[in-house]
Order: sequence, then C-alpha cells, then structure tokens
Amino acid sequence: MAETTHTESTPDTAPDAEVTDLGDLDEKARLGAPAGAVDRSRAIDGFTEEGESLSTGDTGSEQLGLKKHSHGNAPVIPEASRGERRRSFDIADFPTLTGLEEDWRFTPLKRLRGLHTEALSASAPAVEVTGAGNVTVETVGRDDVRLGASATPEDRVSAAAWNAFGDATVITVPQETVADGEVMVSVRGTHAEASAQHILIDAKAFSKAVVVLDHQGSATLAQNVEIVVGDGAELTVVSVQEWDDDAVHVSSQQAKVGRDARYKHVVVSLGGDLVRLTPSSIFTAPGAEVEMYGLYFADAGQHLEQRLLVDHAVPNCKSRVTYKGALQGDDAHTVWVGDVLIRKAAEGTDTYETNRNLILTDGARSDSVPNLEIETGLIEGAGHASATGRFDDEHLFYLMARGIPEKAARRLVVRGFLTEVIQQIKVPALEERLSESVERELAAGNL
Amino acid sequence: MSTLEIKDLHVSIDTEQGNVPILKGVTLTINTGETHAIMGPNGSGKSTLASTIAGHPRYTVDSGSITLDGEDVLSMSVDERARAGLFLAMQYPVEVPGVTMTNFLRTAKTALDGEAPSLRHWTKDVKTAMAQLRIDADFAQRNVNEGFSGGEKKRVEILQLELFRPKFAILDETDSGLDVDALKVVSEGVNREHSKGEMGTLLITHYTRILRYIKPDFVHVFVAGRIAEQGGPELADQLEAEGYDRFTAQTPVEA
Ligand SMILES: Nc1ncnc2c1ncn2[C@@H]1O[C@H](COP(=O)(O)OP(=O)(O)OP(=O)(O)O)[C@@H](O)[C@H]1O
Ligand SMILES: [Mg+2]
Repeated sequence: MAETTHTESTPDTAPDAEVTDLGDLDEKARLGAPAGAVDRSRAIDGFTEEGESLSTGDTGSEQLGLKKHSHGNAPVIPEASRGERRRSFDIADFPTLTGLEEDWRFTPLKRLRGLHTEALSASAPAVEVTGAGNVTVETVGRDDVRLGASATPEDRVSAAAWNAFGDATVITVPQETVADGEVMVSVRGTHAEASAQHILIDAKAFSKAVVVLDHQGSATLAQNVEIVVGDGAELTVVSVQEWDDDAVHVSSQQAKVGRDARYKHVVVSLGGDLVRLTPSSIFTAPGAEVEMYGLYFADAGQHLEQRLLVDHAVPNCKSRVTYKGALQGDDAHTVWVGDVLIRKAAEGTDTYETNRNLILTDGARSDSVPNLEIETGLIEGAGHASATGRFDDEHLFYLMARGIPEKAARRLVVRGFLTEVIQQIKVPALEERLSESVERELAAGNL
Repeated sequence: MSTLEIKDLHVSIDTEQGNVPILKGVTLTINTGETHAIMGPNGSGKSTLASTIAGHPRYTVDSGSITLDGEDVLSMSVDERARAGLFLAMQYPVEVPGVTMTNFLRTAKTALDGEAPSLRHWTKDVKTAMAQLRIDADFAQRNVNEGFSGGEKKRVEILQLELFRPKFAILDETDSGLDVDALKVVSEGVNREHSKGEMGTLLITHYTRILRYIKPDFVHVFVAGRIAEQGGPELADQLEAEGYDRFTAQTPVEA
C-alpha cells in the first residue's frame, strides 16, 4: 500500500492564528474578509486536502522576542523560526549531518554519494551557455567579489559547495537590456564523483530575461545558484533536472529580489536518483512579485525533494507558489516543504502557496509540508493549501467506461495535472521537450 | 437493431468476510428502441447488475452470460465494452483530478469513434448539449466532476450519453438527488436520445417518479439479486401504490 503522509505545521510563533479549512484549492483565502466568510473546504474525491488561512490580528510580538536572543552558537536544530536558520560560508558552522535536522529529515543521506561528507574535489559538470547575444557570460575565479555577495549558504552541503567550487559561471543581463533570446545554460555531467559548482545570474535593473539551467548526464553535484533580480527587472529562471538515473544533485538557488522586480522560478525535476532543490526568494525592497512553480515526477526508487523559502522581509510584495508532483512505482518519494515567512516589517504582503501531489501507483510516498509564519497582521492575504490525491481504480474505471484505454486514461490524468506548470515556462521548445519527457516517464512506468 | 442479452447471471463480490453472492440468476433481454425499468429496494443488487455490465473489476461473474448482438461482453475490457456501444450513467460519478471536462469529452469521443471528431462540429455539439441540459458553460473548463453537486454530476452523465450516442444506456439511479426541475431536464435528455430510435435503455431506479417523464416499455422488480416480477408500465403504478413490501416479504432473508 502506498503511504501518504501529510504533515502540516502551524508554527507556534503565530499563536493567535485562526486555522480554518480552505475553500477551493485555487481560491485564495483573504485576510481582512469578515470572519466566517472564508470558503469551507470542499472535499474532492481521491484528495485529502488541507489548507489554512490566517486571520488578521497582532501575532507578531512573540516572534520578535524570539529573534532577539537566538543568535550565538545555537545548534542548527531545532529552529524557532525559519527566518533564524543559520547562514554561513563556513562549513564548520553546520554540524555534520545526522538526518535528524529539520531540513534534512526527509533526505536519505546514504544516497547523497558523499556530498555531505566528501571533499567535492572532482571536476564539476561542464557548463555551456548559449542563446542570447546581448547577455554577458563569464567564467571567473573564486576570488571574484561578486560571488557570494547576495547569497549565503543555509545548509552544510551548500556551504561545502561554496568552499569547494573551482571556477564560477557569471551570467549578467545588462541594465535595461531585454535578452534577445532564452539563455540556455547546459550543465552536463560525465562522472559520478562528488563535485561543486557555482553559478551567478545577475539581472541588472530594468532588464528582462529567461535563463534555463538544463541539467543532464551523470553527476554527484553540490551546487549554488546565486540569483540577483535588480530593481524593476523581470527574470525567469527555469531549473530542469533531467539527469541520468544515477545522478545526485543538491542545489541551493537563492534569489534576492529588488524593488518592483518580477521574478519567476520554475523547477522541473524528472531524472536523477536523488534531487534536492532549495529555491528561495528573498524580497529586499517593496513592490516586487515572485512566482515559484515546480513540477516533479518521481519513478520507482527516485527521491525528489524541494524545499522552498519565500522571505517577505519588506512591505507590499506578492508571492505565489504552485508545485505539482506525480509519483509512480515502488519507493518513489517526493518531498515538498514550502516555508513562507512574513516578517514584522512586511506589511501589505500578499502570499499564497499550494502543493498538489498525484500518486499513480501503490508503493509511492509523498510528503507535503506547507509552513506559513506570520509576524505581522497588517497584510493583504496569506494562505496555503496542500493536497495529495490518488489516481485509483475508480478514476480509471470511470475513464475506461467512456471508451478510453487504460494507458491513455493515465496519460490524460497526468498530462492534465502537470500541464499547468509546464505552461509557465513560456519557452515553446522547452515546454514541448518537457511534455515529451513526462510522456516518456509515464510510458517507462509501464502504466 | 441491436440486442443486449443477459442470461442467468450470477455475480459475487469479495469482501473481508469472504465471497458474497449478489446476483443470483438474472435474465433480461433489451432491444434497440426499448426502455426497461429495473426497480427494487436498496441493496437488491441493481448497481451490481449495472456495474457488471460495464465491467467494474470489483464484481466477479460466477456464471451466466452477457452478449451484445451475440458478442461476448464478459470477455471485453471496460473500454472495449464502451466502444462496443455500452454506456453506464453512474449512480455516484467519481471526480477525476487533473482532467478538464473539455479534454475528457474529446478524448472519450475520439476513443469511442476511433477518430477525432471534427473540431467545429464537436464544439458546437458540446455547447448545444450543455445548454439543453442547463449546464453552465464554464463547467467545460473544470475538472471532471470535481466539486460538482450531486445533481450537476447526473446532468454531466446525461451530457455524455447524448454526446457519445451509445447502443445501450444503463442509467443507474440517475434520478436520485435531483430536484423536480433537474429531473425534467435530465429526463428530456434521455428522451431526446432515445427518440432517435438507435438506443435501448435500462433505467434503474428506486422510485417511480422518473417514470412520469421516461416511459418504460417493461418494468422488472428486482429483489435480492434476481428479478422477482416483470410486467408493463402498470407494474410501476402498482409499486407506487403498494411499495416493495409484497416482494421483500416473500423473499427469505439471507443469512
Ligand atoms: N464493495 C462492497 N462491499 C460489500 N458489500 C457490497 C459491496 N458492493 C455491494 N455490496 C452489497 O451488495 C448488495 C447489492 O448492492 P447494490 O449496490 O448492487 O444494490 P442496489 O440495489 O444498487 O442498492 P441502492 O438502491 O442502495 O443503490 C448490497 O447488499 C451491498 O451491501
Ligand atoms: Mg445502486
């Protein structure tokens, strides 16, 4: 039997938060709506659904109190608030992983192929950048001052990668420049020894670009992707993981988002033995909007994990998170953890995050943990929803009773489910390629 | 003209308590153009008969046969049965995550016909059928049955009936959960399709009220897994007046 766990944490740092069922998954629970006006949950067949919206009210004081005295040499776990997680370039600041850490508890450390213990000294996958002609691409040494200027590692593997990478790739979209094509960053691995990599994507003020990180081949890679979205810039970063079956990839993708900027981040994880992405969006000035999308499709034995953070540290920013995952086969495991932090200063925040998983066969397991921390009541809206559904015999019977053969029925469901995310990429050739990959995944599952 | 023939059908299900026989020798023949009503108390096996015809994997056929124009239906997979012309309007249509109505209807139509419908005609047909059944146009973009009310689900079943044009339609308590207006709308849909003269109908119901709108040629009273009595429309009137007591009293209670 498949096991579906659904954990939900309502941090006790938001003690007055009122927890209610959420209505339609796609519907946003609005703060400021009169009490009782929130839609009640509507059960969807085959879906267990949970959601939460938080009411207005001053919920911030305790959080602030905590903040003031939680520095020092405190262990990384337990963390009182997601905002308090240790950030450091020094690997010694992160104790050796045991698997008990809050942020590693779902990751099978044994399958990291040494990323958390070894020197990461092998050669990193080759990076080749093609596409836009008016975007600057440089290969720079470790000492380049731009590196690490806007992102600090938040976990041990990320810190290890920071200390071990050789050259870095820096992609700069010049100020007020619209990239004249998609920037395709091909990352090709050719061996399984542990390595480290650093990529910096710097979208200067009022620039506009789409950057695709396309990971393929075999690798054991610890990676930091540092992203800067300048004031008024519009940047889309797509990270595609179509690794070979054996690959292990742990990637921190931190973005600093400037004033009135638009940032879209899309994760597509299909291939690899263990892929663990930690994308984060950190607002540094008001008026910005972030959309984070994810699509993952885990086959038998695959572990696909995504842990994201949206850090609303400043007023009047908006964020939307939509992750969708499909699972098939024995021991297919997916993890989604969505941390959204609305700090005291972040008045006028508008945020909503949702994660949906579709389990196609027995033996697969999906963990989904939305996590909303709110330190101020003066916000536009905040909500989250998480649903894990099964495509079961009754669904199959219904579709087949309408003449649709079994394989086509499964394809119909999965395609429909995942298309929403693929459509967000807006690079037609890539959308097509990924749609085909999803079809292949389905076919490979012998469904 | 087509014939759906059910002969001495015995069906059981596997439960935690072991194998339980449900249908105990059902014999029934339906021809194109005929409407047969199957009426019976709760738990008498009406849905079991319907689901067995459609091929639901939960039910095991222990003996007997179902043929469609002489072809062995029992050896066909669920989708093959549908493509052979059998349609089951379900008592409890499931919600299918991730698939929009539009996409579902087109995919099913394509599978049933063996070719994609001409887009222009199809779109028009869907729109017209939806309007006739008073289904909001925006349902087309919603996921199959997801969040639909009980009545809406039933309308959508009949929508499919009208679009897919089966040889035989089995309507499993399509009337339950419908208010009077919806009952009329749904009945009109069935009658529209039936009046084309190319469909036979097996109408399963607990109550007689739908028979005011859909006129049966034959009425079969279903009790404890078999047909206890059959007759013309007058039998329905009799049931309306007397209820099922007469039949259930006769039948020894199963251990
Ligand atoms: N999955 C199941 N597990 C156990 N018993 C079942 C199952 N499905 C059906 N049955 C039993 O089989 C018998 C016939 O059920 P069926 O659903 O065919 O009746 P019905 O005539 O359609 O009833 P209703 O009028 O309530 O729809 C009932 O006694 C029911 O409890
Ligand atoms: Mg029934």
